[in-house]
Amino acid sequence: MAKISMTVNGKTVSGDVEPRTLLVQFIREHLGMTGTHVGCDTSQCGACNVHYNGEAVKSCTILAVQADGSDVVTIEGLAKPDGTLHPMQAAFREYHGLQCGYCTPGMVMVAVDIARRLPCADEATVREELYGNICRCTGYQGIVEAVMAGSEAMQTGVLPLKDHH
Amino acid sequence: MGQYGIGQPIRRKEDARLLTGNGRYTDDVNLDGQVYVYFLRSPYAHAKINAIDTTDALAAPGVIAIYTSADIIADGVKPIPCEANAKSLKGVPLFKPPRHALAFERVRYAGEPVAMIIAESVNAGKDASELIQIDYEELPAIADTSRLADADAPLVWDTLGSNVGLHWETQESAVSEAIFKSAHKTVELKLLNNRLVGNPMEPRCAVSEHDPKTGRTTLYAPSQGGRRVINAIAKEILNVPPQSLRMISLDTGGGFGIRSKTYPELVLMVWAARKQTRPLKWRADRGETFVSDVHGRDQSTKASAAFDKDGKLLAVRNETIVNVGAYLSENGAILAMMGGGKIMGTAYDVPVLYFSVKSCFSNTVPTDTYRGAGRPEVNFIMERLMELGAQAFGISSIEMRKRNFIREFPYKTQMGCLIDSGDFPGTLDMTLDKGDYAGFEKRKAESKARGKLRGIGIGYYVEGAGGRPVEEMRVRFEKDGKVKIFAGTFSHGQGHDTVYSQLLNEYLGVDASKVELIQGDSDTSPKGAVGTFGSRSSMMGGVAIKRASEAIVEKGKKIAGHLMQTEPSKVTFKEGVFHGGTSSVTLEVVARAAQDPSKLPEGMEGPLDESYYYERQGESQNFPNGCHLIEAEVDPDTGTVEIVKFTAIDDCGTVLNPLIVDGQVLGGIAQGIGQALVENTIFDNETGQLLTASFMDYGMPRASDFPMIGIHFNSVPSPTNDLGVKGAGEAGACGAPPALVHAALDALKEYGIRHIDMPLTPEKVWRAIQAAKSGKAA
Ligand code: FES
Ligand code: FES
Repeated sequence: MAKISMTVNGKTVSGDVEPRTLLVQFIREHLGMTGTHVGCDTSQCGACNVHYNGEAVKSCTILAVQADGSDVVTIEGLAKPDGTLHPMQAAFREYHGLQCGYCTPGMVMVAVDIARRLPCADEATVREELYGNICRCTGYQGIVEAVMAGSEAMQTGVLPLKDHH
Repeated sequence: MGQYGIGQPIRRKEDARLLTGNGRYTDDVNLDGQVYVYFLRSPYAHAKINAIDTTDALAAPGVIAIYTSADIIADGVKPIPCEANAKSLKGVPLFKPPRHALAFERVRYAGEPVAMIIAESVNAGKDASELIQIDYEELPAIADTSRLADADAPLVWDTLGSNVGLHWETQESAVSEAIFKSAHKTVELKLLNNRLVGNPMEPRCAVSEHDPKTGRTTLYAPSQGGRRVINAIAKEILNVPPQSLRMISLDTGGGFGIRSKTYPELVLMVWAARKQTRPLKWRADRGETFVSDVHGRDQSTKASAAFDKDGKLLAVRNETIVNVGAYLSENGAILAMMGGGKIMGTAYDVPVLYFSVKSCFSNTVPTDTYRGAGRPEVNFIMERLMELGAQAFGISSIEMRKRNFIREFPYKTQMGCLIDSGDFPGTLDMTLDKGDYAGFEKRKAESKARGKLRGIGIGYYVEGAGGRPVEEMRVRFEKDGKVKIFAGTFSHGQGHDTVYSQLLNEYLGVDASKVELIQGDSDTSPKGAVGTFGSRSSMMGGVAIKRASEAIVEKGKKIAGHLMQTEPSKVTFKEGVFHGGTSSVTLEVVARAAQDPSKLPEGMEGPLDESYYYERQGESQNFPNGCHLIEAEVDPDTGTVEIVKFTAIDDCGTVLNPLIVDGQVLGGIAQGIGQALVENTIFDNETGQLLTASFMDYGMPRASDFPMIGIHFNSVPSPTNDLGVKGAGEAGACGAPPALVHAALDALKEYGIRHIDMPLTPEKVWRAIQAAKSGKAA
């Protein structure tokens, strides 16, 4: 067992983990925060993405002990405490970027990361950037639109609304 | 049409919760004192089990119990029933081999559960599983669909004498053959509908708990409506009173048809919980999900069409082998005819149809309903025939279709489906217009300049939606002003909370924020609950809600009349308000009065609480249809197929919420494109091992596989249901595959390649190009 501590969504947390415990297991099973999902066992699906020291990382690819001392933000840490959605979350809602919601936390965490790194990414770039995230429900169209609109909202503070036929 | 009523693109009520990590899926359930289940699965596709020795495993640290088929059989657990029924022309019924929840005497596919281990931790269970000694005697296995019916094929079920569990066919074999002999032109094709793995993003999972005080067992598991599952487990497998079992499906991470089954693991989780004192939890990883979920499609078909001199269809013959896997799952053996055959002919007038299905066993994971369940297969077959017909006559794909479209409704298909409505030529024209068909040649020239071959392809589809003909919904006004919908349907991504709220807004004027959808709990779901599959919820659930709402209004009128001292027959209702003479009273007030016996008319009981059990008249489903138009670029050097333009015009009848219907169509398209472009389930033909059991080996469509898809509707409301709706969920999976294959083949026109089986991977396309270059075109 190893003692670890880290910051998760701004709070210091600690725990005793087996060395083989993955960060995602630590988050879900030790901290009881179930917003971060597990969709595969080969690090392909991206459902487990969190922000790890400011970058989107698949939390099934790092050990909890590696994350000792790190700063982690999960999907639960994105909205304001009063419940106001993060602009990217609002964009996913506006553009119907989710159906069953299982891939969604990972998608949103990656989307925020894309918006920070590539604020004016075009459609083709967004699609490429989403390579590590699998969604089985949406066909990705709403997700891609949401990432672009959410990205704009993060810069301008105004979310462009979906125009509907 | 109010602001929140029918037809508005209302943003989903579900989303805020799911977007903030507040969804609650089965894996998020942790019960006090829970222990963990691990299933040991067969490493062989076919083997005799000579002996199983669990002694060492039972002594391993942390192990609580280990069960094998001997334990469940000794305890009276019955095999999992298959309720499908069908007979051959000679009256031979479908062969239904027993399927025990744990392999009995033999294993018949790699991944079949052999032992259930219960341990203090998942790892303890896994470690112990390695100590279970099983004496397997390997037997020859068969996986290859096209070979299953061969005389020399290894047998999956010895007593059957072949692998053909059912040969189902229509009467028209001889008649159609005669027509083919005298027809002006005929075309024939062999093709595969490749096996697909549904892969909802949420892996398999279940939690179960028995309460010895009440004698009740609760099973938490994702589903598409659990009542049928839990009833089958109670009545037909465990032989316990149905009320002693409860199934709760929380948020469910995708369904796609495959989640509606009575899976062996679910049976075992219920049964074992009743033996154990602590709650059980099982969570499959992705690899286990690949071999424990039923698979879809897997049909090998020989199809042909006969035409008169004007290119009008005279007859179609279709002979399909369906690979049902090692055991019968619910509908695996019948979906090709009941789902597909019924609409065979799809958008076209087919005067004579011979349709034959051989449902064959193999040493593979069982197959069953998956997004479209038989309809994508026949749409693909029919569209390929139309395309070959166009080539045979030297006319355009458009002209060929127009000569054969069904134009008068209702139209009875050869297998007796009554297609109620549509505007097939209009939908095709609208697609060509929106997709700028006229500008294709110019775009093709541009592609050529970049070294790419560009092709254009049409996929016209007709789908039969609605599934089982009954469903029940209940609408109840609560004391606190909330309105609860107790649903027999089950939303697992389709946004029912939003759409049903729109319906209540439309019919009762209820504010969407007051509506609460209660679903997925066998204790509270209506007795007639069926579930969500076959694109049925808007029709079956929607109509039931409408009629329950009407019953609420009727009862409300009596209460309102009593409150306003007006004859109830003179009371009218509009947008949430009852009017009588010069007075009026809101539904809210009436609902509150209904909670107070002193305010009710004599003999009436509150509250406002109405159920409606909707029984669809006859077999009338609804028939979504549409046209998908794809432009694809093929790189002749690498064989890569890229979709560069995609236009879809769908007739989903009345659109309740365009945002959500778009999403359903897009999701179906993505799975259709998956089938056509990247998804393939490959078994080793010698050993029966599944070679594509992870996201590293199985091609899941990614965001970069799609362009922005232009979705439009040419809505012709269905005359056969109150709402005029048609299903939307499976449409895309029907239209996209033929459109993509046609676009790719059109791009490859110069090579004279006639057909490539799906998925059109770069390797297959490249090989086809090479073969064509060396004069051996397919
Ligand atoms: S669970 Fe981490 S990538 Fe799939
Ligand atoms: S919304 Fe279901 S997997 Fe993406």
